[in-house]
Amino acid sequence: MITAAPRHLRASYDVVIVGGGPAGLEAAVAARDNGAAHVLVVDRDQEAGGILLQCIHSGFGLHRFGEELTGPEYAQRVVASTLEHDIDVIADAYVLDIDERRRVKLMTTQAGVSLVEARAVVLAMGARERTRAAIRIPGTRPAGIFTAGLAQRLVNLYGLLPGRRAVILGSGDIGLIMARRLTLEGIEVAGVFEIMPYANGLNRNIVQCLHDFDIPLHLSTTVVEIRGQNRVEGVTVAPLDETLQPRLDRAWDIPCDTLLVSIGLIPENELSQQMRLRFDSATRGPVVSSAMECSRDGIFACGNVVHIHDLVDFVSAEAMVAGRSAGQYVAGTLPRPDNVQLQPGANVAYCVPHTISTEREHTVYLRARKPLDACTLQLTEPDGTPVYARKLRYVFPAEMVNLKLRPAILQNFHGSILRVNIVERATEGE
Amino acid sequence: MSVEEKHATDLITVGYLCIGCPLGCRLEVDADTITNAVVEVRGYSCRRGKDYAIQEHTAPMRLVTTTVAVDAGLWARLPVRSRTPVPKDKVKAICKHLRSIRVTAPVASGAIIWVDDREPGIEIVASRAMPAR
Repeated sequence: MITAAPRHLRASYDVVIVGGGPAGLEAAVAARDNGAAHVLVVDRDQEAGGILLQCIHSGFGLHRFGEELTGPEYAQRVVASTLEHDIDVIADAYVLDIDERRRVKLMTTQAGVSLVEARAVVLAMGARERTRAAIRIPGTRPAGIFTAGLAQRLVNLYGLLPGRRAVILGSGDIGLIMARRLTLEGIEVAGVFEIMPYANGLNRNIVQCLHDFDIPLHLSTTVVEIRGQNRVEGVTVAPLDETLQPRLDRAWDIPCDTLLVSIGLIPENELSQQMRLRFDSATRGPVVSSAMECSRDGIFACGNVVHIHDLVDFVSAEAMVAGRSAGQYVAGTLPRPDNVQLQPGANVAYCVPHTISTEREHTVYLRARKPLDACTLQLTEPDGTPVYARKLRYVFPAEMVNLKLRPAILQNFHGSILRVNIVERATEGE
Repeated sequence: MSVEEKHATDLITVGYLCIGCPLGCRLEVDADTITNAVVEVRGYSCRRGKDYAIQEHTAPMRLVTTTVAVDAGLWARLPVRSRTPVPKDKVKAICKHLRSIRVTAPVASGAIIWVDDREPGIEIVASRAMPAR
């Protein structure tokens, strides 16, 4: 991967992008294609590509490239496109701050701290994993407790095995993928434990990562204690009652030297918070317009820093919007502001973007709070007057719902707030 | 996979979880105990589910993805994949063998890392270019 040396950087760029994962790289290309002449991508790792580089399994790119790729293959395509577009990429670099005048404070090992001016900024820092501390598992604090993604990095990039016998907490896709990965590397996986009554990962991963290797999945069960002084010696797990309280009378011990936690991602927004952007408490990311513009002029955001996506393909799509908007902002061609606010209603955890325009076409991403079979996605006015409805075969919290909104759908709507609900089919029309 | 019952007519019923979408249909395949030919599929709610049940019962295939050691590379491991899906029961042995392979950077994307002489068609290739450190 070719990268710019810190001394070759320009003093000012049209667009500076924080983060060289798929979101940042796709945004960079879109910014170049839409009026930005000089674009810089800053990445803190030793090469751009982001977390895809450690996701060596396949399942990426069906929407974006029309074929199934591994993570490194997807990353490689996006990196290649960045280089073809004459974009500066600087690795081993960290953005410390972005001030009111959009001066970006960079830190690199070679050149120390330097300032780069930006006419527009795209935030694409991605997410990091929730740790044991986030769910306060009781017990000792020995070595051998890893987030699933960290274990993935150790195994797939550094060739280091985290232990010999592992328990995995959380049935999200990363946890399931790591169950298979550890097994194939000769580590015994004693089981995957999930606090909810349903698995959080794709069925494909349940089958191909657990069933294929006879790894048991225990639903409605969680880790209630970690034991061991220097190294993990075992964990205690217990089933949960209906109120999610552990049934300690039915707990059992599992000897292991490793615990992987795969319990969700948090958008990595320290920089955005420092910049005092407006936040959404549901997504834990910045509030964005349909142009993926944040609450400050000329600051755009995309990818997992805005909300957690389940497919990188959707990250790419969102990043293309953010990058295009950043380019248009620099060129002075950004379309008129949005005129409608989206409000999550029944069984909707959040909607992104937070505002839309009745004049343009949008893809709105939303997430259901709880699983439902046959149901209806409806848009209503705040008083409940129906505006639009679409039938869904199912919703599942782990699967994002994509809603295509066209001006024609909203031609009879003249308000400024649209409520988004997902209701069971039986209650339709109430 | 779970074997549920044996019929007097020499059919065996095997259960599968459909991976087509989050509906996760519980598929049931009735197959001839001797030829393993699929006689009937139940429990699917779309065409993909039925096709998947037949494929999964008669010839389950998986893409192999793992890593091999790489010397002098930007990273210590090179991600590799089978060029095409391989029979499911070969996956473990292939991965075990690949644990003994070492290559030296630079490696080109798509470079052939290992070909199984005993199994025609099983070819392991680099899933990325690995520059030298």
